[in-house]
Amino acid sequence: MYFIIAIVVLVFVVLTGVVISRLQGVLSSVKKPESADAVPEGNSWNGAMFIVILVAAVVGITWSYMHAREHFLPIASSVHGRRTDDLFWFSMGILTIPFAFVNFLIFFFAWKYQYKKGNKASFYPDNHKLELIWTIIPAIVMAMLVFTGWKAWSDITSDAPADAEVIEITGKQFNWIVRYGGVNDNKLGNYNYKLIDAQNEVGIDLSDENSFDDFLNPTEMHIPVNRPVLLKIRARDVLHSVFIPHMRVKMDAVPGMPTKFWFVPDKTTAQMRADLNDPNFKYEIACTEVCGQGHFSMKINLVVEDEASYKKWCAEQTTFLQTYPEYLAKVPDNLKAKAMKGLPAETTTPADTVKTASVGGGIGTSAALR
Amino acid sequence: MSAIEGMEVAVHHEEHAHHHEAQSFWQKYVFSEDHKVIAKQYLITGILWAVIGISMSVIFRIQLGMPDSNLSWLRPLFGNWISETGKLDPNFYLALVTMHGTIMVFFVLTAGLSGTFSNFLIPLQIGARDMASGFMNMLSYWFFFLASVIMFASLFLQTGPAAGGWVIYPPLSALPQAHQGSGMGMTLWLVSMAFFIVSQLLGGINYITTVINLRTRGMSFDRLPLTIWSFLITAILGLISFPVLFSSVLLLIFDRHFGTSFYLSEIYINGEALPNVGGSPILFQHLFWFLGHPEVYIVLLPGLGITSEVIATNSRKPIFGYRAMIASMLGIAFLAFIVWAHHMFVTGMNPFLGSVFMFLTLIIAVPSAVKGFNYITTLWKGNIVFTPGMLFAIGMVSLFVSGGLTGIILGNSALDIQLHDTYFVVAHFHLVMGAASAFGLFAGVYHWFPKMFGKMMNRTLGQIHFWFTFIGIYLIFIPMHYVGIAGFPRRYYQFTSYDFTHKFMDMNMFITVAAILSFLAQFLFLFNFFYSIFKGKRAPQNPWRSNTLEWTTPIVPGHGNWEGEIPAVYRWSYDYSKPGAAEDFIPQNIPYSQTLESNFPHENELIATEKEIAAQNFNDQFNQAH
Repeated sequence: MYFIIAIVVLVFVVLTGVVISRLQGVLSSVKKPESADAVPEGNSWNGAMFIVILVAAVVGITWSYMHAREHFLPIASSVHGRRTDDLFWFSMGILTIPFAFVNFLIFFFAWKYQYKKGNKASFYPDNHKLELIWTIIPAIVMAMLVFTGWKAWSDITSDAPADAEVIEITGKQFNWIVRYGGVNDNKLGNYNYKLIDAQNEVGIDLSDENSFDDFLNPTEMHIPVNRPVLLKIRARDVLHSVFIPHMRVKMDAVPGMPTKFWFVPDKTTAQMRADLNDPNFKYEIACTEVCGQGHFSMKINLVVEDEASYKKWCAEQTTFLQTYPEYLAKVPDNLKAKAMKGLPAETTTPADTVKTASVGGGIGTSAALR
Repeated sequence: MSAIEGMEVAVHHEEHAHHHEAQSFWQKYVFSEDHKVIAKQYLITGILWAVIGISMSVIFRIQLGMPDSNLSWLRPLFGNWISETGKLDPNFYLALVTMHGTIMVFFVLTAGLSGTFSNFLIPLQIGARDMASGFMNMLSYWFFFLASVIMFASLFLQTGPAAGGWVIYPPLSALPQAHQGSGMGMTLWLVSMAFFIVSQLLGGINYITTVINLRTRGMSFDRLPLTIWSFLITAILGLISFPVLFSSVLLLIFDRHFGTSFYLSEIYINGEALPNVGGSPILFQHLFWFLGHPEVYIVLLPGLGITSEVIATNSRKPIFGYRAMIASMLGIAFLAFIVWAHHMFVTGMNPFLGSVFMFLTLIIAVPSAVKGFNYITTLWKGNIVFTPGMLFAIGMVSLFVSGGLTGIILGNSALDIQLHDTYFVVAHFHLVMGAASAFGLFAGVYHWFPKMFGKMMNRTLGQIHFWFTFIGIYLIFIPMHYVGIAGFPRRYYQFTSYDFTHKFMDMNMFITVAAILSFLAQFLFLFNFFYSIFKGKRAPQNPWRSNTLEWTTPIVPGHGNWEGEIPAVYRWSYDYSKPGAAEDFIPQNIPYSQTLESNFPHENELIATEKEIAAQNFNDQFNQAH
């Protein structure tokens, strides 16, 4: 790399040399009176520069792309990610044509039609046919790109399948907290931002029985492979944005407005390690909406594993109530028994009525699953 | 009669008919109501801001490209923003990024570009004595100056200037406890922007009124140079969109100081749940981008207009597709208002809205493509003179096309999921709106410097400045696309926290080196600019052999621009290399009756109307009772 920098510096130094020599030319030419027909000052070397730069740009862009591509992200680990990647490279391929073509014309025409003595430019103010052509062709290409993009976008943002694993991720300055529905009911309980305190970091509403087996994790998110995962995204203080580069997932976290994103991861962390031949590979979740001083390091690791190890991991987690039993005090009396046992909710009232009841009785809790 | 003679006639036709009492120094150079002086004030202020804004980018590029470098040499300037060990403070990094964006977008490319050239060229090119309201025009500059002073002062606060990104999204910008840049720095930012908007509105109303009402006789809309069309459309864009930014700024001030909840809801911060509910941070983004997107074109359109003029003049050819150029600018301007939400695809807004905005966004590619191709066809079979202005205009077209194409990727909501807020976006908009507009600005300065100061800038130095800048810009921003494709997020203080950003150290260093070299190259311009004001070669009457009216004024136009009567206009401004004509240009004030050898049949018919045009004189501000 130092080598390339050296080359760049060299180019600039050479140009500086040109500057100085030209300046001397300028100084000596000051005395010469300018005649109307003379080739304008500096015209020929500037014309030549366009061709030099054109050639250098072709070489430079090709080479730098070949060099850079080995550092691009590996093949996407999610189903929609490979689709958007394909679309991206397809669009880039299409767009390379006008990029190269138009820039070639600009540089080539600049060189070709530079001032020549006795030459007269052609008076060519209009050609409706030509203009129609370059209105319609871009319009058709755009229509095609819009259509493919729109199909992908509406599939990606469609409602998550019913069997999706629902996980809540909350952003705060400066880390992420994930919450799972728990092994008994696998349903996220309600929350309310006014219930947040030092322990109850995401404001779990313990008057909702679905929350009794919820568990939190501030350092790692685990998700099962080959199954839709629905992220329920929240922010506690300012805007954040969930970014999982290897999954091609990004969605803002907005205080007061829950957002969501669902995707199907289909490569486990272990598979990635084998594929990339990198035993230390980790999926990472980053923040991409500026959120303050620690924005650049707001990270949580992501582990993708098969269904069995995922279930096992979930079972090993301690629920919020197990970690902080003192919060039992916040559970309504009629549910205390259930909270203490941590029993499954199959035999009790349907979740909907419970939710309505808790909303009516509480201080306006938000339904986590809205 | 040849074109040049015609011009002489216009210049010396009548005796100095108008006298004014001598003005004091303050009236003449400081609180001036003369559009030319105001234009220079805008230009000089813009240049000063550009130096500050670009220096900031160099500092944070050093942080990104050479994270291990010892910056303690900057401690005398920045004090404790640089730690004892020579490390940049992360908050200061964000402040630099924020101020770089604010300064460059608003103070340099909006005020410095549009303010300079709208002020300078509108009266000169449409044939007016001055702006419709010289006093409002003066106010416009001084409101901008006030905004500048406040913004500049905010740089010296203990807690630093605003630091939440130039888009100042709440709640970060609304809550002083969230970030130290959201304290006094943000207050000053908001106040400064409020004054800035006032300045833009005063200026914009003036530009629109002047173009509509004060065109000289014969200067119909279809004879206006494209520069004027672009300034007019820019002013209309600004007039409609800046008030929306004003309201969003005002509501943010309310949220910050008066306890309202326009943008705030369900927030728990610093161990405390705030009482605000019911607001929406997304509302701010909608309001902000309703300005923010037209703002892109407010910045770019003057550059495109200047480029049209400079390319036509120096190709010695009429601009290709004059009407299509106007139509595409109108199309771009209209579409600019209905695409704002493409900045918000992943904010959680309704995906259906995303589809609509994707569709509308990609339509913009069509008028933009028309413009690109029309520029190229103007070059085709020209007789190109590489003045520095021309080089920058050609470079502008290249940057506009290269940067615009990646916009087609980002406007596609499905692709934006991965690329949003990565360096791909940074590379895209720096090429298409930053560099392209800056090149438009350079083209304008080099082209109209002789008219502004009556001196020539050094041509060779200008050409060299172009090549350094042009190469430098591409060396910075092409690699930045790669960094973006690799998923590097914007506004990161350093890339050490993640495994996926643990690469491209060399690429980032390369970008930084290119940025520093391009920055240094700008001193060639600064030297050339200031040196030429005082020591430059005296400018001839019409150095670029151009058609537009400003070159019919005295070399250094005084108050009222034309001595004697304002010239009448008989033709469009692009009669370059007309078949049959002796010279390769025929200025706008030459009647068809004097160019029988080169007239087209339909133009011969227009000769009959010339007497009528010559007899009119209802727009000369000096000929009205005062």
